[in-house]
Amino acid sequence: MSSAAEQPKISRRNLLQASAAGVAIYGFHLPLAQAAPFAPNAFIRIAGDGQVTLVMPQVEMGQGVYTSIAMIMAEELDADFARLTLEHAPPDEAHYANPAFGVQATGNSNSIRAFWKPLRTAGATARALLVMAAAQQWGVDAASCSTAASQVIHAASGRKLGYGALAARAATLKPPANVPLKDPKNFTLIGKPLKRLDTPDKVTGKAAYGIDAMPPGVKFATLAASPVFGGKIGHVDDSKAKAVAGVRQVVVLDDLVAVVGDTMWAAKKGLAALTVTWNEGTNAVVDSAQIWDDIRRASTQKGAVAKTIGDADKGLGDGDRMEAAYELPFLAHATMEPLNCTAHVTADSCELWIGTQIMARVQSTVAKTLGLPAEKVTVHQHLLGGGFGRRLEPDMAIKAARIAQHVDGPVKVVYTREEDIQHDMYRPVYRDLLAASLKDGKINGWSHKITGSAVIARWLPPAFQKGVDGDAVDSAVDMPYAIPNFRVEYVRREPPAVPTGFWRGVGPNNNVFAIESFMDELAHKAGKDPVAFRLAMLEGTPRLKSVVQLAAQRSGWGGALPARTGRGIAAQISFASFIATVCEAEADENGEVKIRRMVSVVDTGIAVNPDTIVAQLQGGLIFGLTAALHGQITIAKGRVQQSNFHDYRMLRINEVPSIEVHVVKSGEAPGGIGETGATAAPPALANALYAATGIRLRRLPVDRDVLAGRKEA
Amino acid sequence: MVSLQINGQSRDIDISPDTPLLWALRDVLGMTGTKFGCGIAQCGACTVHLDGQPVRSCMLAVGAIGNRKITTIEAIGETPAGAKVQKAWLDLEVVQCGYCQSGQIMSAAALLAATPHPDDADIDAAMAGNICRCGTYVRIRAAIKKAASEA
Repeated sequence: MSSAAEQPKISRRNLLQASAAGVAIYGFHLPLAQAAPFAPNAFIRIAGDGQVTLVMPQVEMGQGVYTSIAMIMAEELDADFARLTLEHAPPDEAHYANPAFGVQATGNSNSIRAFWKPLRTAGATARALLVMAAAQQWGVDAASCSTAASQVIHAASGRKLGYGALAARAATLKPPANVPLKDPKNFTLIGKPLKRLDTPDKVTGKAAYGIDAMPPGVKFATLAASPVFGGKIGHVDDSKAKAVAGVRQVVVLDDLVAVVGDTMWAAKKGLAALTVTWNEGTNAVVDSAQIWDDIRRASTQKGAVAKTIGDADKGLGDGDRMEAAYELPFLAHATMEPLNCTAHVTADSCELWIGTQIMARVQSTVAKTLGLPAEKVTVHQHLLGGGFGRRLEPDMAIKAARIAQHVDGPVKVVYTREEDIQHDMYRPVYRDLLAASLKDGKINGWSHKITGSAVIARWLPPAFQKGVDGDAVDSAVDMPYAIPNFRVEYVRREPPAVPTGFWRGVGPNNNVFAIESFMDELAHKAGKDPVAFRLAMLEGTPRLKSVVQLAAQRSGWGGALPARTGRGIAAQISFASFIATVCEAEADENGEVKIRRMVSVVDTGIAVNPDTIVAQLQGGLIFGLTAALHGQITIAKGRVQQSNFHDYRMLRINEVPSIEVHVVKSGEAPGGIGETGATAAPPALANALYAATGIRLRRLPVDRDVLAGRKEA
Repeated sequence: MVSLQINGQSRDIDISPDTPLLWALRDVLGMTGTKFGCGIAQCGACTVHLDGQPVRSCMLAVGAIGNRKITTIEAIGETPAGAKVQKAWLDLEVVQCGYCQSGQIMSAAALLAATPHPDDADIDAAMAGNICRCGTYVRIRAAIKKAASEA
């Protein structure tokens, strides 16, 4: 790997000290009322001994957000970065909702984008109060004081006071309005590739994920819901299960059965020993062929118009017209930490131990399920062993709470991998119809119709307006190329039987694949080089134009390659980041694909922690390549056919190419990054495979038979 | 009752001998550093060492272990290879969500103990059984090489 990121500015020795002695991450939260002497807002507390605690409004699921958020607050607060305590926020929409959604949720690559200003302001305001306190105490002008490493300094007199010594006085002062934020040129933390604060405990096995919760007396359970979506329990014979050593209890609910034991193994064995008859219901006839027929039929309807520029129909009639349809399959999330939640339900309370992307929603939905007031449901947040959108749903917590209602004491409900894959909320199937006309080597008319599930309509109803799912058309309505006549339509079509949800890359995942594949087809039709063809229409978006040029340069675009090897490019503005990605791939005569190299250039605005930006793109690209090469959930008789990593494959280390990520220096506001690699890789790969073989793949995952010429595309 | 040698200590566990070591560690002993990922030895999250060899604890019955020495992520830092791997993991900031990393580190430590200077093919062979959903593979490879280069 190479990267434009600089070397860390804090030394190795400092880091280890910081992690071992200074920075602690706590999963519990003290009510603000009984908090430290100085708690100027919901995010910062300073104790009399000087300990600075930062409350994390976004959850840590691998994206490095605890460190980036701490950097943003510590920057403006001038806190000693090696002496911080980080704390998960409690469920509390009023204080910790993501400003972009109005929901306490972590997703859509929105943490840094949405909290950038509020957290800088929180830090700066707290700092201003501490300076005022010191100035009062010393009888000097506040403007003559400076701050560094959790101290206020009066240089003229050589006096210093730690934040702890000032906390009590600062708490009595009225926060000033409109506190100025630092000029970015004075940043000492932001922009430096700092070591992540959560890493040390993750290399020693000490880090606590939801699945590691061990409240005293906990029992272990695993569950089975109907293999057919929506099916109900018919009859359960638990006589053999109860005879399994270590099995304590069998809990039968209307739609699932759980076995409780002394260990997960006992529970799993007990579950396998059950004889369950399911009332499968009407979904038992649904299969993938029917789902594809259904969405293809739906895609012929006129859609709700999401965006128009000029006159698309007229533009399409003027020039050399081309059409294509692209399709993407259902995908499971397959977080490495299987779904789980530990629950302790009593007559008038519930306690949950979980790692979730939606703390407050977990609290409110469980409270509703149990008929309790929300404040009677305590949620202990943990680190997440992957989220990718799966933990934006409360279903695992609701199921655990329903099971726990029948269990005396706390019970840890852990999904088997099979249950996790077969009862996901899947990335929807999509069908995209694209049409365009070429005139003088440029696009004159463009029509893009997206057909698929509206996850937003279920998850955030107010964001579903006039028949348009804002997420499903994201990166389509705002695609970057200058086209005079343009239309994007959306047809909502919920697949029969199969529940859908957000998946890393969300809407742009689908749209960038369709758009960038089609751009490649158009370039070839126009007889243009795919990079030059794009650049000619990027005059209005210089940030994207510049990363496309850099990616071409760094990838050796146009250079000679061996037989059956090609390069493909994909460009995108998504999640407010500008990214160009070149994939170099080879397909042999049997259709086996080898990815040789990935080069990504990103302008994400101010890169708060550049090393994290690089890591997120490296990982996101692999996430996208995994989907493009292997990812597919299929349905037969109303059931998911895949069950574990042998048939729902992940990319492994031996399949991973060299990945080079270049972060462009920028002074713009930060963009989002977690989703972007997942979105970038599939079209770059499909375009590379076209360059390698002349075969256009309009459906994913990559079909080896099509690439080998054994089957029509 | 099953007797196990774990991280240099003898532990007697009252458990059915067919129980996989993974669940004895996690659910009985509360040693949660070893992770459950798939239950069928496909992902490597549960990797521990048995007499220094990497094994998938999700499919290893405690009754089949006998006197062989078990080492888990909680104690791998006490071995020279394990300490080097952990340091390289920190130096190169390998980790994202971290859930698979106990298993990755156990596999990498076993590789370096057996093959102090692995090439790419050695790394592929030793590490292809460990899935990382965050996609940290590029850094895992680099960190193994870095650990190997530090005598």
